[in-house]
Amino acid sequence: MLEIRDLHVKFHNRDREAVAGISLAIRDGEIVGLVGESGSGKSVTAMSIAGLLPRKQCDLAGDILLDGEDLLHAPRSALRQIHGRKIGVVFQEPMSAMDPLMRVGEQVGEVLRIHTKLTSAQRREKVLEVLAAVELPDPEGVYEKYPHELSGGMLQRAMIAGAIVIHPSLLLLDEPTTALDVTIQAQILELLKRLNAEKGISMLFISHNLNVVRKLCRRVAVMQRGLLVEEGDTEQVFFHPQHPYTQRLIEAIPTRHGKETV
Amino acid sequence: MNKKRINGYLLAGMIITGLMLLMMLIGAFHTPFDPNAMDPTSKFQGPSLTHLFGTDNFGRDIFSRMLKGGGTTLAIALATVTVGAVFGTLIGALTGYFGGIVDEVLMRLNDALTAFPSILLALLVISLVGSGKYNVVLALGLVFIPSFARVTRTAFAGLRDVNYITSARLMGASDLRIMAVHMLPNTVRVLLPAITIGFNNAVLAEASMSFLGIGVTPPDASLGYMLSEAQSMLSRAPWYALTTGCVIALLVFGAGLIGEGLQKMDREVAA
Repeated sequence: MLEIRDLHVKFHNRDREAVAGISLAIRDGEIVGLVGESGSGKSVTAMSIAGLLPRKQCDLAGDILLDGEDLLHAPRSALRQIHGRKIGVVFQEPMSAMDPLMRVGEQVGEVLRIHTKLTSAQRREKVLEVLAAVELPDPEGVYEKYPHELSGGMLQRAMIAGAIVIHPSLLLLDEPTTALDVTIQAQILELLKRLNAEKGISMLFISHNLNVVRKLCRRVAVMQRGLLVEEGDTEQVFFHPQHPYTQRLIEAIPTRHGKETV
Repeated sequence: MNKKRINGYLLAGMIITGLMLLMMLIGAFHTPFDPNAMDPTSKFQGPSLTHLFGTDNFGRDIFSRMLKGGGTTLAIALATVTVGAVFGTLIGALTGYFGGIVDEVLMRLNDALTAFPSILLALLVISLVGSGKYNVVLALGLVFIPSFARVTRTAFAGLRDVNYITSARLMGASDLRIMAVHMLPNTVRVLLPAITIGFNNAVLAEASMSFLGIGVTPPDASLGYMLSEAQSMLSRAPWYALTTGCVIALLVFGAGLIGEGLQKMDREVAA
């Protein structure tokens, strides 16, 4: 459904390409993990899918196709229809990802307001439904609250609710659990897994945390310096990493017994 | 932050400004004497129960004139701030949001406007379109646009890359929706103090323009015009200058307190 073909991204003010020709496909209903250290190009890849790159400040080449529609070269007006409707995005920082002056319920339903002709009562109903689906307690109460009245974990659930309320086919998750503490992290991962199983939403999960990726993703791609160095079945990659960079990444995971060599 | 507590500054400011507004409002419909009626038998009378603020050289009741003139000053100040705030916010929003060449051109124009002393600029406009209260609003409004534009531009430019704006953009929200629904409400907290300060400056600017004789024209009275009248009879009727000056000071003081209180409240919320 999502196909990235030979994507190149180069910012005008940098010598090296941020993304130097990667190809990656996500099939329907699949969760793919994209891992790599800071500066490896994983976020730039996500930004180019989401259309967030400043086009005037970088050179783009290659194709990004979502269900056959070109995302990389389409005009802004066409992209506006695709974004939100077909792609949902969840960011790392739930606290800053919501407008502090707008009620949570309205923000979760904003994408419906933009892309559908539902009445406000219908929107409210849908929002309450999705708030319940992300396992927020007391959806009615949460609907009326402002972002600062919720905890980080609850906000991240609300963000996920806002991303899936319109039933997108792809969910881009840019380190969605990094800012949360470990128990909440686990709950969010469970939630994502369940949404994937129940609603069949495909996900691209970006993280530098290999353990998290391992819990969630069936397939994983490893990026280093703008290149895809390894890609494959998660267990395969974890137990038999082919590329020296992947091997070092996995060695770097702290374990109970100190450093383990694979 | 659940309950925004109203602090002392804000309360005092609202009481003072509220009382002034109430008086001017009543003055618009009823004054104890006709503000322009002359009475040669009772000129230069000091403050008394019949003439609260005394009378001037024509025997006109200063309190009645103050109610009328204060109303004029207030109306001009409010209209000026409205003109400045609306156009300034509009320009600031567009330049701050879009940036680029529009930003450059409009902001350099803005700089050019700011480079003139405001009274001089207002004088220029008045000399082009003539005096009178509507032209004063036009002239002062023009003078006030740059400061609002600057404040709004900074706020909008700062919000442009904030996560929730990016988020709204990702949902496919249009530029107009992002500006009106997300950015403007989040700018109000910097705009409100700017508006109260602007109001103060407008009261003072109107007063100084009318004082210089380039503001309102008779028979309209305004506080500044009255102050310039009072100047010529400072020794015979000192109460004229004193009461008028006090009213101007109170107006400015009240609005200043409100501005201070709002900023204090904002800091408390942020903390």
